[in-house]
Amino acid sequence: MIRLKIEVLKTGERIFLSGKIYTARDQAHKRLVETIRAGKKLPLDLRGKIIYYCGPTQTPKGKIIGSCGPTTSSRMDEFTAALLKAGLMGMIGKGSRSREVVAAIKKYKAAYFLTYAGCGALLSKYVMKRKPVAFQDLGPEAIYELEVKNFPLIVGIDASGRNIYGKE
Amino acid sequence: MKIISARKIKDTVAELCVRANLILRKDVLKQLKRVCLAEKNKTAKDVLGAIIKNAQIARIEKLAICQDTGLPCVFVEIGQNVRVAGDIRQAVNQGVVLGYKKAYLRNSIIADPLKRAKSGYAPAVIHFDIVKGDKIKLTVFPKGFGCENKAQLKMFKPTAGIKEIKKFIIEVVKAAGPDACPPYIVGVGIGGTADYASLLAKKALLRRLDQRPKTKDHRLEVELLREINKLNIGPMGLGGKNTALAVNIETYPTHIAGLPVAVNISCHALRSASVII
Repeated sequence: MIRLKIEVLKTGERIFLSGKIYTARDQAHKRLVETIRAGKKLPLDLRGKIIYYCGPTQTPKGKIIGSCGPTTSSRMDEFTAALLKAGLMGMIGKGSRSREVVAAIKKYKAAYFLTYAGCGALLSKYVMKRKPVAFQDLGPEAIYELEVKNFPLIVGIDASGRNIYGKE
Repeated sequence: MKIISARKIKDTVAELCVRANLILRKDVLKQLKRVCLAEKNKTAKDVLGAIIKNAQIARIEKLAICQDTGLPCVFVEIGQNVRVAGDIRQAVNQGVVLGYKKAYLRNSIIADPLKRAKSGYAPAVIHFDIVKGDKIKLTVFPKGFGCENKAQLKMFKPTAGIKEIKKFIIEVVKAAGPDACPPYIVGVGIGGTADYASLLAKKALLRRLDQRPKTKDHRLEVELLREINKLNIGPMGLGGKNTALAVNIETYPTHIAGLPVAVNISCHALRSASVII
């Protein structure tokens, strides 16, 4: 059912996401892909999930999360196709993606979303819950489950492979 | 001889780390508000509005402006009539750790660039300079790496024309594209050596955006800003006429055989704080 929703989204469309997303950036991506290549079990079932390229600050006392904006997506390009193949449904980040990623998004009928870049304080207001999932030794690069409410997104690449930044 | 204690330096650096990361520079905020007001493109206006709102939330709720609280770059200008009682380098790094922990900032520093492993808060990249007088000026400039990754250096021939240099600077901005949180502030260092031009490019970002340089480079800054803003990258890379908020150029004498040009891009969240003790 969620997959059906992803397919109807159009590049450039603004949406407000409520549900669970998972933080993962450089080192977590490297480990996830290494795990897949080694044929081992992932610490997180990627099927139908959305990854948020984000490494938050420390959590201030009394807050759910610290500043938590998106990091540059292109650094995750080389790992993305493998994660999409494993069932990942979408990614949230900032900036452009490689041609390979656009092709993989189209192939696996996924989507890439943009959110307000450099606005970590503002975006923290949309996070309702935060739970550790994996790779706690990575500190700010660990995987966290974030429950978000009305998290502001723009569709950057839709399931048909249309790219908001045009052809690279 | 005036004596300043290492402890005073530590406490001051800590305070500057907090201030720089939580309170957006006045000149940057002013420029953001100015371009937001004038912006006609709906998406660009919305993004600029979010950036301004983000700065307000950060200040009021004591949250970092950006989760990338940077690699802390610390500029220490020591008056030659000052004697520091204690270990100044250690004091700066201890101050960074103290400030970053106090404000719940991010531990983004990796001890070994190749082995990576667990991240911490320090060390900072520290630039010491000896100046006249009996005071110390401390500046903390947390540099986010989304934009630091877009820095470039080119060693031009001394016969290169201004046209080629401008083309290079614009190409660097183009290469950053939508990735490094536009609207950018473009720091340029021209002259010196390869390393010095890079330092100048970074230092250029410390100059207030509404402050003209003392040299004749201001015309070049204005021309470059105009051309960069024709690239249609815009806030978040979604188009519009605000790709950069300012171009700041610093120059220095150089060698007859060369012409180094360095570009250091800052995201819209250009953060720094200074104090003289």
